[in-house]
Amino acid sequence: MSRLLRLSVNGQSVDVPAGASVAAAIAQATLHFRRSVRGTPRAPLCGMGVCFECRVRVDGVAHVRACMTPAVEGMQVYTDG
Amino acid sequence: MAKRFDVLVVGAGPTGLAAAQAAASHGAQVGLLDAQARPGGQVWRHDVRHQAPRAAREAFATLDNVTWLAQHSVVANEPQGLRVETPGGSELLGYNALILATGARERLLPFPGWTLPGVCGAGGAQALTKQGWPVAGKRVVVAGSGPLLLAAAATLRAHGARVLGIYEQASAATVRRFASQLLHWPARAAQAAALRARLAGVPYRCGSVVQRAHGEAQLQGVEVDGPRGTQRIDCDLLAVGYGLVPQVELAALLGCALQQTGKHPRVRVDGLLRTSVPGIFAAGEITGIGGLAVARIEGTMAGHAAAGFDQEAHALRAQRDKARGFAALLDTHFALDPRIHRLADARTIVCRCEDITLGELDGFGDARDAKLATRCGMGACQGRLCGSALAELGRFPRSGSRPPLFPARLATLAGHTSLSPSDDAYRGS
Ligand SMILES: Cc1cc2nc3c(=O)[nH]c(=O)nc-3n(C[C@H](O)[C@H](O)[C@H](O)COP(=O)(O)OP(=O)(O)OC[C@H]3O[C@@H](n4cnc5c(N)ncnc54)[C@H](O)[C@@H]3O)c2cc1C
Ligand code: FES
Repeated sequence: MSRLLRLSVNGQSVDVPAGASVAAAIAQATLHFRRSVRGTPRAPLCGMGVCFECRVRVDGVAHVRACMTPAVEGMQVYTDG
Repeated sequence: MAKRFDVLVVGAGPTGLAAAQAAASHGAQVGLLDAQARPGGQVWRHDVRHQAPRAAREAFATLDNVTWLAQHSVVANEPQGLRVETPGGSELLGYNALILATGARERLLPFPGWTLPGVCGAGGAQALTKQGWPVAGKRVVVAGSGPLLLAAAATLRAHGARVLGIYEQASAATVRRFASQLLHWPARAAQAAALRARLAGVPYRCGSVVQRAHGEAQLQGVEVDGPRGTQRIDCDLLAVGYGLVPQVELAALLGCALQQTGKHPRVRVDGLLRTSVPGIFAAGEITGIGGLAVARIEGTMAGHAAAGFDQEAHALRAQRDKARGFAALLDTHFALDPRIHRLADARTIVCRCEDITLGELDGFGDARDAKLATRCGMGACQGRLCGSALAELGRFPRSGSRPPLFPARLATLAGHTSLSPSDDAYRGS
């Protein structure tokens, strides 16, 4: 098994293997990645950077695609769920 | 100042990797960029648990001879080159020859419940899983169409998911006809047999379509319509995709001529993979869905041709045509059943970025009119999803590409004077 990285998702600690995406880290804590314009919960659809349903706040930067972002030790992630 | 390459390759999937290697073998200075953090594209996407296949490892090893530009996303075209956004800033990349290898995305079609968390693409689920999405012990339904369903199911299972079944829309008779054709393609037959072995015990049902996803805040179950009627299956994850469509947005932005195949465009190329714009080549999925074998051959051809070695490119044509023959087989056998086009009802959201329902689009015969009146296609995905879906549903074709190709930071775009400040693509980023 590869090394584990620890991130914080909405204040909760989660561990993922090195090489995992931020999306994978979030999925350990919640499936609610963002709220749509009419307020319904959304989660990743395409897994490849096209649909933008996985947008979250990472280390203070908004609208980051979680599926395209490699998880890094100590990252602070906030969903809009 | 723009960095400049003899040959610049966009997309580091099997096509782009082969292209970069072929061009570099002639001594050309090659730049290879990808929006992703790692090379491999879709099929060779990094898996946190499992080693990459040998062909992929060999392709990655050739990166030593090229300038590998990870997390470089092309967002616009400028007179001196391509405007590229990176996590830390932006760059301008110039080139003498450009090879487009931007691949394909899934054909994701609307049906009631498809916006629920827990519903994703088939290839989408595979991609998420490879990157560590927790699926161990989860009950998963795989559905849609084509051989990608088997590949996705095999990945999910290898990561510990309980794959409850694979639901293929094509009829059993058609799938049998397809399987009998595999006799002429021994390598493909072997691949298919290996996949089936990895999926031993998983039901594979033909003529079956997921017509609805149920759940409140997230997915709880799906309704499958099959030859023996309608069935409700409780599950945690639905992985559903109806094959692939070429990602032509960058090619279109650069002015390369497109060609319609069925309801979706692909990039038009000649026998040496030259697009209609001098100096720009296109290869792999964007010139028509062809799969891994085509990707690798066409990538090599484009690399040779872009470096000025036409003979070497030409020598691969017969091999390429044969591989394309298999792709054509897939196309005819996994054609979509018209009932899939009727799954979405008036209340089903089609534009997920702006929450526009199919009913709200009644009466519009043109993407532009629909956009102005309803905001359909104005969100962050820039119409990639709803545009392809509406074209597939026979409503109207997608409108053309406009910069930036993806929502980009204002700082990235600041160097780009041809953008109008009212451009809605600023939004959503
Ligand atoms: C989600 C998914 C899963 C798949 N899984 C399999 C599988 O398991 N087995 C199989 O045989 N086939 C699979 N396929 C089919 C796949 O299309 C081909 O096998 C193969 O990967 C195509 O190679 P390619 O190099 O042409 O494109 P891709 O592999 O798709 O590579 C294209 C690359 O271009 C990059 N790119 C696109 N636009 C830009 C831009 N503007 N800026 C920077 N980079 C950009 C992308 O990030 C991507 O890495 C899958 C397809 C999809 C969509
Ligand atoms: S899941 Fe589609 S962009 Fe991330």
